[in-house]
Amino acid sequence: MNIVVCVKYVPDAQSDRSFKADNTTDREAVDGLLSELDEYAVEAALALNEAGDGGEVTVLTMGPEDAADAIKKGLQMGADKGVHVLDDAIAGSDAVASSLVLAEAIKKLGEIDLVITGLASTDAAMSVVPAMLAERLGLPQVTFASELTVEGGTARIRRDGDTASETIEASLPAVVSVTDQINEPRYPSFKGIMAAKKKPVETWGLGDLGVDASQVGLDAAWTKVESVEQRPPRSKGEVVTDEGEGGKALAEFLASRKFV
Amino acid sequence: MAEVLVLVDHVDGTVRKTTAELLTAAARLGEPSAVFVGTGFETAKDALAQYGAAKVYRVEDPAVTDHLVAPTAEVLAQLVGQASPAAVLLPSSAEGKEIAARLAIKTESGLVTDATDVQPGEGGGVKTVQSVFAGSYTVTTSVTKGSPIVTVKPNSIPVQEAAGAAADESVTVALSDLATAAKIVDRKEKAASGRPQLTEAAIVVSGGRGTGGDFGPVEQFADSLGAAVGASRAAVDAGWYPHSSQVGQTGVQVSPQLYVAAGISGAIQHRAGMQTSKTIVAVNKDPEAPIFELVDYGIVGDLFTVLPQATEAVNQRKG
Repeated sequence: MNIVVCVKYVPDAQSDRSFKADNTTDREAVDGLLSELDEYAVEAALALNEAGDGGEVTVLTMGPEDAADAIKKGLQMGADKGVHVLDDAIAGSDAVASSLVLAEAIKKLGEIDLVITGLASTDAAMSVVPAMLAERLGLPQVTFASELTVEGGTARIRRDGDTASETIEASLPAVVSVTDQINEPRYPSFKGIMAAKKKPVETWGLGDLGVDASQVGLDAAWTKVESVEQRPPRSKGEVVTDEGEGGKALAEFLASRKFV
Repeated sequence: MAEVLVLVDHVDGTVRKTTAELLTAAARLGEPSAVFVGTGFETAKDALAQYGAAKVYRVEDPAVTDHLVAPTAEVLAQLVGQASPAAVLLPSSAEGKEIAARLAIKTESGLVTDATDVQPGEGGGVKTVQSVFAGSYTVTTSVTKGSPIVTVKPNSIPVQEAAGAAADESVTVALSDLATAAKIVDRKEKAASGRPQLTEAAIVVSGGRGTGGDFGPVEQFADSLGAAVGASRAAVDAGWYPHSSQVGQTGVQVSPQLYVAAGISGAIQHRAGMQTSKTIVAVNKDPEAPIFELVDYGIVGDLFTVLPQATEAVNQRKG
């Protein structure tokens, strides 16, 4: 199958992330990497083609120059080629504009069977882009998959909500997002790392997509961040060592705070 | 006064707490109009009236509930077109966010997800507050474009009762082919645990790697407090507790009045799921566990001795 995996290059969630003066995410202050949740999407694409009749997996991203690292990781895992949408005008784009750019890039890639994404990025954590892609591309949305099979041109997933588990089906082509329950992403092998160096990566600007600069970027956003405030770190409260009465002390604390 | 659409979160007509929160928030912005999709309206009607719904749009076409997200987005877009609401409020569930996402594009409206507060904006539109980057930053955003769409986190808005007329009107839907492209072919309801629902609970007690797979002490302590039970990613990955109970970046995010972490080290992945809880307590054998940086009260000790003792003390106080 021809599969496109949309990935995002994000500031490392383990580091101290912050904002720039214009209230956009600071993508330079900390190291970036392929968003952890996107690894499950790459793995899902690779596994489908390995189990099926082969095909091509393209890793697609939009982001600053360093976002090429996200593509590189995907290629090292085993994807066949990469596309990097790189354009200064994109900086500060909201989800709506991001979905526009990604959708146009996907259309430019020609006939595809599946678009696969992670369940959310680890920076904005909105979970909205996959649904927006389905909307823009006019494709069925089969999202938050904890299980995914493709048979006879039909994608079938298990989607776990907080009150029920659903089985959902749609004909291909479709947009699928996968959770971290779906698989265990492979570590790139040494062979994979070497092979990745030779795999093709194309770089596209907005002009290549027919998207106007006025449709993207901070000024085009449909919401406006007015302020960002760092929360004062929680002041550490009392920590005691259990010497036989710890449980009682805990109950007393809870009673003092009216939880009992 | 302009209407505010509120998508009702319910199971067969049993209205969930999030809906009461959304209706309370809606009343700040305009006149609340609930949008009820599915069966069980007679069960829901009183609750919707109790929390201030002036109007209820009823959508009973099974095609809407039999297909994932897309049809509900189309119905809401239809209602936005006809009512030009001041805002559209939805729950911050996976489904709520995806419906909101598609609705934003259909109606060319600004979208904010996971808001912890919604207020009228100065000079129109709405103003929202969000807690981001594992709770380390508070972000204030204004939305004026179109009919602002906001998904609201549970346990964020203090609920206020307000007698509403809940005058219902039936909505006829005309769905596109795309709306019915993803079919829900099977649905298995989760068995009720007898404990409060994790995202709505006022108290959550979670267990982690330190339980070694035995959640008994965690569950009994939770039951003494009437709490929901959560689990760290380590515990879920080990197969000790289901993913629906996972508290963390890739699980559920909770913000209860009290969060108790037992045998949980407190890695960023977990903190992202509970950092904004009002009071945090931890029990862990390791005095260096990062979780202790967050706590209002912490006990360095073995949860297998501390929790049972605490459970007994709590139960004794309850008498």
